Amino acid sequence: MPEIKTIGVAGSGTMGAGIAIVAARAGFRTVAFDASQDALDRARRQTESFFAKSVERKKLSAEQVKTILSNLSSTTKLEGLAACDIVIEAVYEDLEVKRALLGKLNAVCPDHTIFASNTSTLSIAEIASGSGRDDRVVGMHFCLPAQLMKLIEVSTGLNTSDQTFQTAWKFCLAMGQTPVKTKDHPGFILNYFIVPFNNDAIRMVEAGIAEPADIDTAIKKALGYPMGPLELIDWVGLDTQLKLCEAFYKMTYDPRAACPPLVRRMVAAGHLGRKTGRGFYKYDRDGMFGG
Amino acid sequence: MAHTIVDTGGSRSFPGPHALLRSAGPGGDVLVLIGTGAGMALAAVEKHESLKAVLIELGTECLGVHTGERRGGEGSNVLGFARFRLGDGPPSDLVELVRQPGTKPESIAAAKTAFESAGLHVAVCMDTPGRIVDRLVRPYYNGALRKLDEGLATADDLDTTLRLGLGYPEGPIALLERTGLAHHHDVTKALHDALADPGFAPARRAQVAKRRQKA
Ligand SMILES: NC(=O)c1ccc[n+]([C@@H]2O[C@H](COP(=O)([O-])OP(=O)(O)OC[C@H]3O[C@@H](n4cnc5c(N)ncnc54)[C@H](O)[C@@H]3O)[C@@H](O)[C@H]2O)c1
Repeated sequence: MPEIKTIGVAGSGTMGAGIAIVAARAGFRTVAFDASQDALDRARRQTESFFAKSVERKKLSAEQVKTILSNLSSTTKLEGLAACDIVIEAVYEDLEVKRALLGKLNAVCPDHTIFASNTSTLSIAEIASGSGRDDRVVGMHFCLPAQLMKLIEVSTGLNTSDQTFQTAWKFCLAMGQTPVKTKDHPGFILNYFIVPFNNDAIRMVEAGIAEPADIDTAIKKALGYPMGPLELIDWVGLDTQLKLCEAFYKMTYDPRAACPPLVRRMVAAGHLGRKTGRGFYKYDRDGMFGG
Repeated sequence: MAHTIVDTGGSRSFPGPHALLRSAGPGGDVLVLIGTGAGMALAAVEKHESLKAVLIELGTECLGVHTGERRGGEGSNVLGFARFRLGDGPPSDLVELVRQPGTKPESIAAAKTAFESAGLHVAVCMDTPGRIVDRLVRPYYNGALRKLDEGLATADDLDTTLRLGLGYPEGPIALLERTGLAHHHDVTKALHDALADPGFAPARRAQVAKRRQKA
C-alpha cells in the first residue's frame, strides 16, 4: 500500500482551504492548487488567522503553527501537484470541470497517486470516468467548515479498487478525522437526508402551516438539534439550497428533493439568507433580530 | 391568570407530576383538558365560550374533529396541543399548539402563557396531520430504515454521520431502537393514511417490529 506523505488540494475555495488546514495540521506536507492566485492569497490569510486563533486558544503552540505553515505551500500550476501521493479535489461542483481536472492531473501525477473528490452531489464513478485511473479515484466528502468538522464520508465508484479505499480510509484516520463508509449514492448519507428534510420544512412554511421560528423551535426543543431547518438553510444560503435541489432531483426524481417554488422566489428577490441579511429571518450585523 | 385541569386519564403529554399540573386550580380562565378523552370532554364543559382558552390534548387526530369546521372560517377560543414525545421516551419540553384560521389571538397568547409559565416551549401550528415535528421527522426516519436495508451504510455509520455531520444528539437508528420502532410504525401509518404521501409509508423494519409486537 502506498504511503501517503504529500497531499495536494485542488481548489482553494471555502472547502479546499479548510481541507488543506486539516491535512497540514496533521503533519502532512500539503500543496494547495487553484487556478486563481486571489483564491490562494485569500486562503492563506484565512489559514494564518485560523492558526493564530488556535495559538490564542492554546490548542497549538506558536512553534507548532510555524512548522504547519512551513509545510503548507501553494501554486497556480497543476505541475505543482506532481509530488503528491493523494490529491483531494474541491473545485467547482461541475462534472465537466472535475473530469477535465482529473484528466490533466493524470498526466502530471505518478501512477500511485490517488484522486479523491469532495463532491457533494455528483457520482464518483462519473467523475472517475475518463480520468485514466478510475481504480484510484475515491469519494472523500468533508463537511463545512472542514477545519472544524471531523466527519468524512468515504465512498467508492464502480471501478475503485479496494486498496484505494483502504488507503483513503487510513489517511482519514491519520488526519485525525472520523471516516464513515458509504456508497456512491446521490448525496451520500448526509445530503441524501438533509436536502429533502429541509425542503419539507420549506414547504411547511410555504403551506402556511407554521412560521419559520415555530418550526425551528419545535425541531430544536423536541429533538435537541443544534439548529432548526430554516436557520440552517439561511446559514447555508437559499441559492445553495436551490443548486442542491436541482442536482438531486435530476438524479433521483424524488419529489421531496424537488426545489420548492418558494426557494426560487426567495432567490429571485435576493433573500439568500444570512449573507444578504434576509432569508427566512432578518439579520443585522450581529445576528438574528426577528422572524 | 390561573388554569384548571380536567384529567380524563391516560395522558401522553402529562403521564406524571409536572409544574403545569401542580400550578393548576379550580375556576381558572384557561381550561386544559388532558388524557385520551380530552376531545370528548369538551362537550361536557358548560359555557366554555366564556373562558380565555380551552386547550384539548390531541393524539394523531386534527383539532377540527372536536370543534367542527366551517369553510375555512373555523376558530374560537378552543385550541389543541400535545407535548412531543417519541414512543416510550419521556415527553419533551416542546408543546405543539394547534390553532385554526379564526382562532382568537388572545386565546393563543393565554395558552402560550400557561405552558411557558410551566417551563415548556411552545410552537404554534395550523391544524394539520402530524403537526410540525412528526410531519418532518417521520419521512426521515423511514428513509433511514430503508437505506439501512439497502446497505447505504451500517447502522452505526448512519448514526455517526448524522451526529457528527449535523450535530444531532442521537442518530436515527439508535433513536428508533430506544423509543420503539413499533411506535414509529403507528405514528407514520396514521400520517400515511391521512396524507397518502409515500414518505410516510411505514418502512419494512417498522412493519416487522409492529408484527412482532402483536405476536
Ligand atoms: N461549501 C460546502 O458546504 C461544501 C461542503 C462539502 C463539499 N463541498 C464541495 O466542495 C467543492 C468545492 O466547494 P466550495 O464551496 O469550496 O467552492 P468554492 O467556489 O468556494 O471554491 C472552488 C475553488 O476552486 C477553484 N477552481 C475551480 N475550477 C478550478 C480548476 N479547474 N482548477 C483549479 N482551480 C479551480 C476556484 O478558483 C475556487 O477557488 C464542490 O465540489 C462542493 O460540492 C462543498
